[in-house]
Amino acid sequence: MTPLDYEFLRKILKERSGLDLSADKQYLVESRLIPLARRVGLSGIGELVLKLKAGTEPLTSEVVEAMTTNETFFFRDKIPFDHLKEAVLPALAQARASRRALRIWCAASSTGQEPYSIAMCVKEFAALAGWRVEIVASDLSQDVLVKSKAGIYSQFEVQRGLPIQLLVKHFKQVGEMWQLNADIRGMVQHRQLNLLQDFSHLGTFDVIFCRNVLIYFDQDTKVGIFERLSRMLEPDGVLALGAAESVVGLCDAFKPYPDRRGLYRPNATRAPRAGAAAMPLRAVAAATR
Amino acid sequence: MRTCLVVDDSSVIRKVARRILEGLDFQIIEAEDGEKALEACKRNLPDAILLDWNMPIMDGYEFLGNLRRMPGGDAPKVVFCTTENDVAHIARALHAGANEYIMKPFDKDIVTAKFQEVGLI
Repeated sequence: MTPLDYEFLRKILKERSGLDLSADKQYLVESRLIPLARRVGLSGIGELVLKLKAGTEPLTSEVVEAMTTNETFFFRDKIPFDHLKEAVLPALAQARASRRALRIWCAASSTGQEPYSIAMCVKEFAALAGWRVEIVASDLSQDVLVKSKAGIYSQFEVQRGLPIQLLVKHFKQVGEMWQLNADIRGMVQHRQLNLLQDFSHLGTFDVIFCRNVLIYFDQDTKVGIFERLSRMLEPDGVLALGAAESVVGLCDAFKPYPDRRGLYRPNATRAPRAGAAAMPLRAVAAATR
Repeated sequence: MRTCLVVDDSSVIRKVARRILEGLDFQIIEAEDGEKALEACKRNLPDAILLDWNMPIMDGYEFLGNLRRMPGGDAPKVVFCTTENDVAHIARALHAGANEYIMKPFDKDIVTAKFQEVGLI
């Protein structure tokens, strides 16, 4: 891959997805895009870039999807789900007792392991029996959403992080694959969504999981997304970030949840900020260039 | 160092499991069937047991029943590791006292995830 080809790919990935590739990530681009190029009958990255420059929208989308699809597995990192079961759901079960409804958003939900892990936590939490619990799973990639909706996973996928008791309880075997039962699948709604674009139409949530996606964005983009996420959370809602992510030092829209690493609450004490509404995609891209 | 008894009639599987578990800081003891595994447990109870199902002389399911009836036999965490990959076998294993269940083929990620799940790592 030539340096010019790499720069071109970096630029379109930044504009389309916010993915902020450093100068030394050529190997990552090659490992993901060479198979894509060959699948569509091209010899390699050089020809792929020529096609993209000619302006083929479906191919551009495929490139973005190939570069932004990230590894996921059930109950990834375990601790955020322990926090959910031990602190977040008990507190919300009390706070929402009269409403008996919860809304949870799993941003960048990939192939569904995270939203379905949340759904299983909710299902196992007896105090929420009979409540209306809506889990919204969103991702940039249509391909991963199709897989997520089906809720069908390989033997390998169901053995990484998923306790065997939950496999037996919430899945049925379909040949060599395992499919989540309809009641768990029915708890999750899927939406294609780019975090760089306006997401205020999703409404407000009690919990937002936005894990292991913002690490790929530059600082200004992260701050913009945090500001907009804070407007999507109920005042006593909770934001869960990935193990390597934090809002501390970036913006004051959130404050750490006491004694629960990786969880944050909206910061009610800060002054309201103008201009934190959704930034149009082009404005975000321009601001992060 | 924690100990793990690897019970499998395949020396290849025992070797693969040994390599993975030694990488997770376990001291490994090996047994090629349930009877030899039971003898090993009578000498010293391990912290963990990675257990095949189908073996000659005494299979993994029978071994597990015998283990759980032994004094102190409820202590080791037992993780089945077998080609019996259907819900009925998994349910039987859990009912008999297994803590986790690995469906073969397996790799380091799966073993690590399962051992984390039962608090061994």
